[in-house]
Amino acid sequence: MRKLIEGSMAVAESIRLCRPHVVAAYPITPQTHIVENLSQMVADGDLKAEFINVESEFGAASVVLGACAVGARAYSTTTAQGLLLMAEVLYNLAGMRLPVVITCANRAVSAPINIWNDHSDAMVIRDSGMIMLFAEDSQELMDIHPQAYKIGENPEIMLPVMVNMDGFILTHAFESVELLDQKAVDDFLPPYNPEIKLDPAKPITMGTLAEPRWYMETRYKIAETLDDAIPAIKKTAEEFKAKFGRWYGDLIDTYRLDDAKYAFVAMGSLIGTLKDVVDDLRAKGEKVGILKIRSFRPFPYAMIRDVCRDVKQLIVFDKSYSYGWGSILQNELRNCFYGQKHTPLISGFVVGLGGRDIPPKSLISAYNMTKDKEMLNEFVDINHELVGGRR
Amino acid sequence: MAETTKAKKEKAPVTESLLTSGHRACAGCGESLGAKLVMDAAGPNIIVATSTGCLEVFSTPYPESAWRVPWIHSLFENSSAVAAGIEAGLKAMGKWNGVKVIAQGGDGGTADIGIGCLSGMLERGHEVLYVCYDNEAYMNTGVQRSGLTPFDAHTTTSPSGRISFGNQRPKKNLVEIVAAHNIPYAATATVGYPADLQRKVKKALSIAGPTFLHVHVPCPLGWAYKSEQTIEIGRLAVETGLFPIFEMEWGKITRVRKITKERKPIEEYLKLQGRFRHLFVSEEGKKELAKIQAIADANIAKYGLV
Amino acid sequence: MSKPILLAVEPGSSKVNKTGSWRTMVPIFKHETCTDCRICVVVCPDACVFGQDNKYYADLDFCKGCGICAYECPVDDIDMVLEVK
Repeated sequence: MRKLIEGSMAVAESIRLCRPHVVAAYPITPQTHIVENLSQMVADGDLKAEFINVESEFGAASVVLGACAVGARAYSTTTAQGLLLMAEVLYNLAGMRLPVVITCANRAVSAPINIWNDHSDAMVIRDSGMIMLFAEDSQELMDIHPQAYKIGENPEIMLPVMVNMDGFILTHAFESVELLDQKAVDDFLPPYNPEIKLDPAKPITMGTLAEPRWYMETRYKIAETLDDAIPAIKKTAEEFKAKFGRWYGDLIDTYRLDDAKYAFVAMGSLIGTLKDVVDDLRAKGEKVGILKIRSFRPFPYAMIRDVCRDVKQLIVFDKSYSYGWGSILQNELRNCFYGQKHTPLISGFVVGLGGRDIPPKSLISAYNMTKDKEMLNEFVDINHELVGGRR
Repeated sequence: MAETTKAKKEKAPVTESLLTSGHRACAGCGESLGAKLVMDAAGPNIIVATSTGCLEVFSTPYPESAWRVPWIHSLFENSSAVAAGIEAGLKAMGKWNGVKVIAQGGDGGTADIGIGCLSGMLERGHEVLYVCYDNEAYMNTGVQRSGLTPFDAHTTTSPSGRISFGNQRPKKNLVEIVAAHNIPYAATATVGYPADLQRKVKKALSIAGPTFLHVHVPCPLGWAYKSEQTIEIGRLAVETGLFPIFEMEWGKITRVRKITKERKPIEEYLKLQGRFRHLFVSEEGKKELAKIQAIADANIAKYGLV
Repeated sequence: MSKPILLAVEPGSSKVNKTGSWRTMVPIFKHETCTDCRICVVVCPDACVFGQDNKYYADLDFCKGCGICAYECPVDDIDMVLEVK
């Protein structure tokens, strides 16, 4: 059934179909509609879950940790400041190998306080061991959450998964979405059944202290598991396509990249804008295409190198920046090709921080500026008068 | 030849405690005693979430665990929230069949860094018993001052010095803050009176919850006293009026343990502990003792302890 | 592909750690005046006092020699002595 719904409702509906036992809810713009929708579903009897109105995002993540530890499927959602507040627990979840799913409605991190979209929040936890996926539009949000649980709850993965969606751009936009069918989702996503859980019938101790002689191997294992997650994410996307007939990529997706010489690289909703830009440029004879990064962790180095083997230049549009280091997505791509036989030119543009609009003409202008010329860490559409015109 | 322990055990029955031997608590640790008493009163049909702190660290260094019940440690400030999640998960899965959920934390993990999560858990009415083991400082990190450190106690971050008599703030009234959430049962207890503590655990677990126990647990290392006196010092804290023992139901005090023997002056309690030694060496120190006596007097008046 | 490791620990596995090696004082249960009150069993922080019928013992594998049992025994049936090894 197809419905015109808000992005937040696509997420809520997708989660409802995953049959979570426990939902921990704390409001923060622009994620709030997700928890409101879930709450209404519970109130109407459409979602049979324990809905916990927690006292903070830290509490939210802790509640889902406890629920997962007893074998329940648990969910929460957050944004920017809330993500930072629960960061301690997210590392804890990854270290304890508890597969909850958390949706992050990406938003700029304070200060200054700004409630609009960029990717700076997600980047804060990129080293945590969580699997991080970025969705492009509302349909993908509907499709991705059952996949997220399936990947995380795989007994050989057992890691928490963060699904990222652009705040306001996706949370608050109305799109036509094909709703998933409950029976089909049940078939695709079996109940959560962990081997290790808290149970008086079989007491165990979880969360022990690990002295230096023990800690390092647990971290090595997480590193190994993020590598194993690459085929797992791929397989899950393929299974989803086989069952539901839709494909949004596995760890990457491509658009008109086959014969492209210049590849635009981005994550999330910007892909939509870039598809229009590529179509316009192609019409003028430019050999351009798109590399969509869907999985940020694990970062799909081998897949990227494979699809870009004939690409002359990658032009990265990044909604995040690591101060004192550079554009994060740009540097991931540079890392990808370092020391390789084929080393395309790579340029990086920082766009849309704090929700600044990214009109197609800005992207085209950037392309024209950088074509065949390396440009790194370029902030786009900056008011140079305001910043004193140094760069 | 002396009889071996093994031979003795074959003759006499050994009921294993649910917090068993081999843990690394200091000799005479009040918190390990308190936790043992709580576990044994609660019985095996429980799930326990514990905060970071002495109790967690000394009982669970991988691959050893002294706990014989299902037990989880997550972080310092969230045992109450983790317990809430456990309760919610069990209910949602239809596995809420008589199992009791217990959260544990120290004074720092409960009254300071953990107070937000605790307040949320209490306010939402989760069926969880929260036990706070109060040894009056952040002991695991080496005796630093917490919100429950008593007036004039020496800790490493509220030390006595040439111009200081130690911690200058009164003890936060944790159990009344908790009771103000209008929960069915909240009480103070102490390892000084083990039977009373165990009775209160059983009582709390017989109530749907949320319920709360604030347990006073002397610390031989942090308070600097001879390890054999843990229970004696626990009793003295009560008999001086410095740690009142009472129960509250739905926000009102319903039962007070009066000081049944002769009420003791605070010096009897303080002089046994190195953390108060600086009060006994000068005239200014004596003035401080008077202030502490006033705190005890106020407690006695407020709670009707004599 | 491989499964996660080191996530959970068996209950009571602390018993490999023989804390009896810590002590300098050791309790002597005299078995002279014992009234079977079992206070010694209750107050041991390490759960290592056991026994029945007026005969109680400390599990010397684990006893840390804290002295609480001796201090609390209402009939002074336990002495703490310097342990000679």
